[in-house]
Amino acid sequence: MAIPRQAFWAHALAACLLLGVVILAELPPAFVVKRMLVEIPILIFALLLPFYGRGETTELAGVTLSVEGLWGAWTILAKATLGLGASIVLSATTTIPDLIRALERLRVPNVITAVAGFMVRYLDIVAGEFSRRRIAMASRGYEPRWFWQAGPLAQSAGSLFIRSFERGERVHHAMVARGFTGQMPLYGDRAATGREWVGGLSVPTAALVLAAVAIIVLR
Amino acid sequence: MSEPSLEVSDLSFSYPDGHQALKDVELHVHHGERVALLGPNGAGKTTLLLHLNGILRPSSGTVRVAGLEISDESVLEVRRRVGLVFQDPDDQLFMPTVGQDVAFGPANFGVEGIELDNLVIEALTAVSMLDAVERAPHHLSYGERRRVAIATVLAMKPEVIVLDEPTSNLDPASRRELVEVLHHLPITQLVVTHDLPFALELCPRSLVMDGGHIVAGDATVEILSDETLMKAHRLELPYRFDPKDAGY
Repeated sequence: MAIPRQAFWAHALAACLLLGVVILAELPPAFVVKRMLVEIPILIFALLLPFYGRGETTELAGVTLSVEGLWGAWTILAKATLGLGASIVLSATTTIPDLIRALERLRVPNVITAVAGFMVRYLDIVAGEFSRRRIAMASRGYEPRWFWQAGPLAQSAGSLFIRSFERGERVHHAMVARGFTGQMPLYGDRAATGREWVGGLSVPTAALVLAAVAIIVLR
Repeated sequence: MSEPSLEVSDLSFSYPDGHQALKDVELHVHHGERVALLGPNGAGKTTLLLHLNGILRPSSGTVRVAGLEISDESVLEVRRRVGLVFQDPDDQLFMPTVGQDVAFGPANFGVEGIELDNLVIEALTAVSMLDAVERAPHHLSYGERRRVAIATVLAMKPEVIVLDEPTSNLDPASRRELVEVLHHLPITQLVVTHDLPFALELCPRSLVMDGGHIVAGDATVEILSDETLMKAHRLELPYRFDPKDAGY
């Protein structure tokens, strides 16, 4: 992220680094590409920038483009793609319980890590409940095509909220029944090994060095 | 006789809306006993369970667990002594991994380190689920989650475990595995169930609850054979099931 925007070569190297990590982690290309698709809206926005940017302009194949807009588009394109790629690698190679434990060790407030943990735990269940309802609705002939047909779906979401709320109450009972008094206990906590430190730090360090070199070269 | 594991006397409870859910409930479960609590829907069984570890407090009457009466001071210790296993394992298992979930109870009571690890291992071994220690609860089958839910309370070394409908939604094989697990647990058990053959198989003694009141208590085989009693309280055996002939 800290690489100056003029340093095309440094961005290219960063992309190679990322690609190397993807290959090393044995992530299937289709998996990565599919997850990269979320970037599309941002890219569309970025591609519009050269047409709306102000200031100095330049001609490219007969079209007048803003220089500042072109730089903006390039910056978004490069940084968003690299950033997204890095987070895909992180989420694909680290389990969610590990991520949450890591956040706990990093002294992120207990309330936040607990909420994140509950969200992960119950997302599947709520999504499952919602999809079973959709199937039950479809089985009785409800196949919404248009916006004004969305009523039952919205009502269903509402009652799903109530049910989730009630589940929250039952979960709280279950927690209290096992002696919960308001503080989540830590368990399964362990320090990272030296190897994990080296592995974990290798990519960020390489990226940092790359950025530092790019800044120095461009001075 | 020794101190009962569970002793409920003269317990009455009304919900804030005025509905009286329990009246004059008397219940004694002795150490090492397995007792079934039977009764139709809405009889007040779940309300009674929530009293056994002080989540609900009686309007009148007392609850004692191994001699300790529930009060504001004792409620935490009572919760350690009474392991409540809820009907839906998804309500009971809320931590990211099975191991963390089993550790949740004892960790709340201050156990830590190797001792905590050992409790987790011991509890999961007792329900044959040790292999799942690092897995996420939502990746387990329903029957496996039910067994892990039991481990989560075993880890607190309770005096008694109380199970709410433990066989609901289980396939026959999971149900049989559950019966085996419960049969081999050397611990006092109170089991709320609609599954009468299960009650007969597991519990020598049964209580019948209806309208917020304990209406009968006897050997399970006697209760299930009493057609008048069964009919009066909406209890029904499976087609052609003969409790005297079931061989338990």
